[in-house]
Amino acid sequence: MSVDTATVKRIASLARIAITDEDAARMAPELGNILGWIEMLEEVDTTGIEPMTAVIPNTLRLRDDVVNADPLTGGGIREQVLANAPVAEHGFFAVPKVIE
Amino acid sequence: MTDLTDLGIAGIRDGVRDGSFRAREVADAFIAKVSKAKALNAFLVETPDHAIAAATAADTAREAGETLKPLAGVPIGMKDLFCTKGVTTTAASHILEGFTPTYESTVSQNLWDAGAGMLGKLNMDQFAMGSSNETSAFGNVISPWKRNDGGNASLAPGGSSGGSSSAVAARLCPGATGTDTGGSIRQPAAFTGISGIKPTYGRCSRWGTIAFASSLDQAGPMARDVKDCAILLEAMAGFDAKDGTSLQLDVPKWEAGLSANLNGLRVGIPKEYRVDGMPEEIEALWQQGIDWLKDAGATIVEVSLPHTKYALPAYYIIAPAEASSNLARYDGVRYGIRDLPTGAGLQDMYAATRADGFGPEVKRRIMIGTYVLSAGFYDAYYTQAQKVRTLIARDFERAWETCDVLLTPTAPSAAFALGEKSADPIAMYLNDVFTVPSSLAGLPAMSVPGGLDKQGLPLGLQIIGKPLDEQGVLNAGLAIEQRAGFTARPEAWW
Amino acid sequence: MSDYRIQGETGEWEVVVGLEVHAQVTSNAKLFSGAATAFGAEPNTQVSLVDAAMPGMLPVPNRECIRQAVRTGMAIEAQINKWSRFDRKNYFYADLPQGYQISQLYHPIVGEGAIDISLDEKNPDAAGKRIGVERIHVEQDAGKLMHDQHPTQSYVDLNRSGVALMEIVSKPDLASPAETGAYLRKLRSILRYVGSCDGNMEEGSMRADVNVSVRKPGDELGTRTETKNVNSVRFVMAVVEQEARRQVEVLEAGGKIQQETRLYDPDRNETRSMRSKEDAHDYRYFPDPDLLPLVLDDAFLAECRASLPELPDAKRARYEALGITAYQATVLTAEVEAARWFDALLDAGVKPAAAANWTTSELFGALNRTGKDIENSPVSPAQAAELLGLIADGTLSGSLAKQVFEVMLETGDGAAKVVEDRGLKQTSDTGAIEAVIAEVMAANAEKVADYRGGKDKLFGFFVGQTMKAMGGKANPAVVNEVLKGMLGESVAS
Repeated sequence: MSVDTATVKRIASLARIAITDEDAARMAPELGNILGWIEMLEEVDTTGIEPMTAVIPNTLRLRDDVVNADPLTGGGIREQVLANAPVAEHGFFAVPKVIE
Repeated sequence: MTDLTDLGIAGIRDGVRDGSFRAREVADAFIAKVSKAKALNAFLVETPDHAIAAATAADTAREAGETLKPLAGVPIGMKDLFCTKGVTTTAASHILEGFTPTYESTVSQNLWDAGAGMLGKLNMDQFAMGSSNETSAFGNVISPWKRNDGGNASLAPGGSSGGSSSAVAARLCPGATGTDTGGSIRQPAAFTGISGIKPTYGRCSRWGTIAFASSLDQAGPMARDVKDCAILLEAMAGFDAKDGTSLQLDVPKWEAGLSANLNGLRVGIPKEYRVDGMPEEIEALWQQGIDWLKDAGATIVEVSLPHTKYALPAYYIIAPAEASSNLARYDGVRYGIRDLPTGAGLQDMYAATRADGFGPEVKRRIMIGTYVLSAGFYDAYYTQAQKVRTLIARDFERAWETCDVLLTPTAPSAAFALGEKSADPIAMYLNDVFTVPSSLAGLPAMSVPGGLDKQGLPLGLQIIGKPLDEQGVLNAGLAIEQRAGFTARPEAWW
Repeated sequence: MSDYRIQGETGEWEVVVGLEVHAQVTSNAKLFSGAATAFGAEPNTQVSLVDAAMPGMLPVPNRECIRQAVRTGMAIEAQINKWSRFDRKNYFYADLPQGYQISQLYHPIVGEGAIDISLDEKNPDAAGKRIGVERIHVEQDAGKLMHDQHPTQSYVDLNRSGVALMEIVSKPDLASPAETGAYLRKLRSILRYVGSCDGNMEEGSMRADVNVSVRKPGDELGTRTETKNVNSVRFVMAVVEQEARRQVEVLEAGGKIQQETRLYDPDRNETRSMRSKEDAHDYRYFPDPDLLPLVLDDAFLAECRASLPELPDAKRARYEALGITAYQATVLTAEVEAARWFDALLDAGVKPAAAANWTTSELFGALNRTGKDIENSPVSPAQAAELLGLIADGTLSGSLAKQVFEVMLETGDGAAKVVEDRGLKQTSDTGAIEAVIAEVMAANAEKVADYRGGKDKLFGFFVGQTMKAMGGKANPAVVNEVLKGMLGESVAS
């Protein structure tokens, strides 16, 4: 399976990972190898087989509609939420200005 | 005078309880060992105060005549994938350098509630991606074991829980937490001659555990014997309402249920695990394991898991796909590092931060994951992989018709040297060939040391069990442990 | 068949419109965390670790949000999917902390349904049209970015991040700005009846993405554009019109329509292309591995159904069956608050026709004049019932009742009290009325003669004079009776 440099750059862009042309060229055969290897799955006849949805049978539990019922998953913790922010101002996270 | 650091979890727990020694003595002994073992690079952060506080609490409780908590007096190592309140947590990645959680993961909180103390945060493969602990942003972990060829090559401790395995094997802590997504508890345990168990998917809460592949990740204990693993797992496990995939079941009393009497147990030997080019010593150990289990009363049956060879490729589609999405949050906005080149806008900030912050293996997997989920490829790769996963799970279900547990080798080789396999990603991925299928099926599985190879390096045997049958797995492991008589330990060179 | 057409230079063009409405679910807490959803809080004070996408965080769905989506689906007679699943929609933006939105692509909770609209809401006999709804699914809302607080930085507030949204997707059955407006208004009314969304477009709890394409009648569907986040019915209708015209111009000039995302600029009344946020929208949807499939049991569904109130169309039909006019019924049921108020009035025993007449003219008139809405009505249904009771039992004439109502509006007092305090009872005392009529006739002898001589229209003059002399308090029916008797017949010679 061959992957070209342009594809690598497109995927890197989708994944928001900056990549130089050299790195993209270097990664292309690496990724190509891995993708070629995983293509072996094409051999498997999966007609009529459902994709796995739950590893161990279990049902989705729903939560009660109570604000801050569990302090660990509730709000009102702005200090904690901003504590590790690289740039925080006036109670907001700050990022380079976005123009829409 | 017993070297307290030779004691396991049970030994420490019982000794503190009956007053043979004080918890503080234990903590001090291990703290000292940790601080002198920097050459192993097993610990990223040392937290002696945490261990001392827990030890003091245990001693105070004992003096007051209170009933001691289950792990009172026991100091452990905590893999740096678990968010620990007030203590930096990095997943061994530069992108999270300096991140100090304001919250505690459920698994670590369970351990502190049980009275345990923390010696420090353990090094690991970055974001749990690796099988040799060579992808950490903070340097490789070096196995305490050396080959007996006098060559002094630094060996891999296995991965991703390489710091955990190394620390336990080197007696820097009596036990440690690990996580296992495709084999990251079992394989490092096998490489370093210790025991480790990945429980049934959903047994341990994933809340506060940094996510790699959500449908595969499971926390588990690593310690030097089966009983210690049972004790530690009982403390770690349990239903957590904050984790939607958590199993709503009581935690069984695994320690109390331990029994090496395997009468009536049927042990399956999956023929597809006999791979081409399997080292003779591994084959021999496997046979040895079969004999040991027979000796314990089990009957042996051959079974077939026909889709075994597709497990690794399926895993290397599903895990990277989930990871590519789980790691999207590392973007420099709310925590971790931020790279802002001059004039960069928001999207450029993301790209620069992530390029700088993630290591090469992490990038590789994110790229693979992004690729297999992208338009045009989703059905061919991701959907197909999840269907193959269903088939793999069915193989196991069919096998359970004729057996109760499975016995296989844990890894296809003993520990290799650092640098030996890092050139070819696929060669590295093949390390997980025996562990990945049970991960995909969510089954409990453990590794116990079986013996040493010609070069004096540990080899492990893996037991895989039915869903929720950690007891069956632990018991078979115990039967092997009792017969293997594995007492080898690495000679301290660090 | 809609007959709305855009007149182009090469002929007539049809417009095809589909709406994707994002409606914030009314619930106390967010979809996947316990943080509060209330509007207007200080930045980042309603954000949990889960909403901030801290490492290791996991989603657990809120039952009430699921319930509201199901109830909404039931209200539009849609198929409810007992098995549904959450999927991740992956893209990078500062208002999306996880780097993905948890949504439902492959298996939404609600399937096909329909909403009936009137093609002319002012004309109760106008034709209706059934607009198909493709699906409703549940998803997370994003946070908010502010760009005007700082010269070089944008500020991120995650209070809204993780609030539950219902995405209600119509089929491309809408064919004109008017239909689109009617659909949106009807949908909003249904949501407010059900109580699953407050429909407040100014506050952003309901927004529409407008998909527009044009074609010559009989042609295949044209390429559509999507104009996002339009936040009023008026703007949505303007977008349909402007975008359709723009597309016609492009096509007639020989160009092609780009399938793209656009934004509406209300100041210029035009749509413009957005700078692309994402590479060709490759969202790499896949089922969220942190969330097992959602399975709804029969008991849950039964409770949802039982909890539905009477919906607008059913209520309108019931009112009409009670003798209320179709027009009044439409007016009374347009907004759930008015309908509830009116139902309370009916429950108090007032006859339907009288209640409808009075409510739509007197009450709504007063509310319009004073700029109040019915939730802040100074007069309660109980008070209105009392007033209408005094009319029914003859204590008040219609015109006296208006006077009393004015006082009630000012003072907040009950009708009986106002009547008592100000002596506004109408009198039916025939004796008193006779006496006054006698005086009026005596003072207007010529007019009496004229009336008797055939000018029967003068009857109204005498009624007016009598009422005036009695301060408006005479029972008009009695005045009429007595006056007829005392004036005698009006006969032309």
